[in-house]
Amino acid sequence: MISTKTTFWGYRRENGRVGVRNHVIVLPVDDLSNAAAEAVAHNIKGVMALPHPYGRLQFGADLDLHFRTLIGTGCNPNVAAVVVIGIEDGWTQQVVEGIAKSGKPVVGFGIEQHGDHDTIMRASKAARELLQAASEKHRVECPISELWVSTKCGESDTTSGCGANPTVGNAFDKLYEVGATLVFGETTEITGGEDVIVKRCRTPKVAEDFMVMFNRYQDVVNRHKTSDLSDSQPTKGNILGGLTTIEEKAMGNIQKIGKKCLVDGVLDKAEIPGGSGLWFMDSSSAAAEMVTLCAAAGFAVHFFPTGQGNVIGNPIVPVIKICANPRTVRTMSEHIDVDSCALLQRDMVLDQAGDKLLDMMMRTANGRLTAAEALGHREFVLTRLYESA
Amino acid sequence: MIHFVLHEAKDTVAVAVVEGIKAGATLTAWIMDDDKQVQVTALQDIPIGHKIALKDMSTGDTVFKYGTDIGRVIAPIKTGEHAHVHNIKTKRW
Repeated sequence: MISTKTTFWGYRRENGRVGVRNHVIVLPVDDLSNAAAEAVAHNIKGVMALPHPYGRLQFGADLDLHFRTLIGTGCNPNVAAVVVIGIEDGWTQQVVEGIAKSGKPVVGFGIEQHGDHDTIMRASKAARELLQAASEKHRVECPISELWVSTKCGESDTTSGCGANPTVGNAFDKLYEVGATLVFGETTEITGGEDVIVKRCRTPKVAEDFMVMFNRYQDVVNRHKTSDLSDSQPTKGNILGGLTTIEEKAMGNIQKIGKKCLVDGVLDKAEIPGGSGLWFMDSSSAAAEMVTLCAAAGFAVHFFPTGQGNVIGNPIVPVIKICANPRTVRTMSEHIDVDSCALLQRDMVLDQAGDKLLDMMMRTANGRLTAAEALGHREFVLTRLYESA
Repeated sequence: MIHFVLHEAKDTVAVAVVEGIKAGATLTAWIMDDDKQVQVTALQDIPIGHKIALKDMSTGDTVFKYGTDIGRVIAPIKTGEHAHVHNIKTKRW
């Protein structure tokens, strides 16, 4: 049961945002810097490296998205401090300056003219200082309206649309009422349900902006597809689980925004929202890509309903897994945080299911590790728009 | 015990929410929005998460779930049969 008076214990950052974790991260700008980043994380116990395969020869909108995602990840309120490592100083400083705008401690190191070993030594010294300073930060009591929550479903099956997703929708309706900031996305997975979303948009302008993004993604699919996508969207896993068409998947997907939330605005990939309410983010339907984009946009907790059993997490955002498929809850129990199976046996009503999820959200926000965190799932996956030059 | 769920009375398919549904079994389907229950007999085995047809459908018919159009029939389906990619396809791509 949450109300406007509900509070949680969070870390208040320099820019006023509140996080639910206190990570110190080593962020590579490019693939050449992964080895040095991982060596720093090995030297300083408690800092976390975020290796990834990209960051070279990208250009245009694809490059903008790369910087926006790295800078946004560093700025996320779950992050206390950042060490940035890149092959050269120019782009490294660009990421450092972007993160510095949040007011948090951030420092960068370029490998050229230094080499791995000298870089690792200097970055390790900086990481140690940042980690020890961060370890003295305390949680403070904050109103629930300062919690930013994202959602995306994955390895969906029909129990997602019937149980797990409506559970999230009920929780979202309640969070919306107390003034939280929320986001949903997965643009292609709205196919078949776009009229439903348009009706939920707060203004005609929001509906128009949404349709522009929706049609843009449809164009990408139509331009590149070689078949009717019946292996990729829905996926083989969806189909094995019983989902038959994209329209069916879309109607299940849309259950996640409940019955009362209005769509207040539209975001580009990894764009930070300018106010509270429910936002639609143009995003991939690939699980780790989308959660990475939400983390870069500043969201602190993620609701992840699953049917067949998606296992991903995120390095900086706790990912809460909700499942209403009894076979998955039985065979993959180590991955599931909230069991909603009773909903589909009429042993629990939707309001109870939503409250059960909100209860886990509060415990997670206040420090409880999710299954994905305990299992070490830290998938950090950057979205690409096209080939490198 | 509830074996199948559907969202609205308009739906022409329902989802199996338990394992072990075998051909010949007479089972309970729960219409969630109305909170009503109806009986349905499975003509084939229906795996958990998969759908059963609630009425006879011909090629070209629209399939309804969530009270909405979710695709078209591409091979005739009898009430009680397994409804999935072998007899239903998207209208979109």
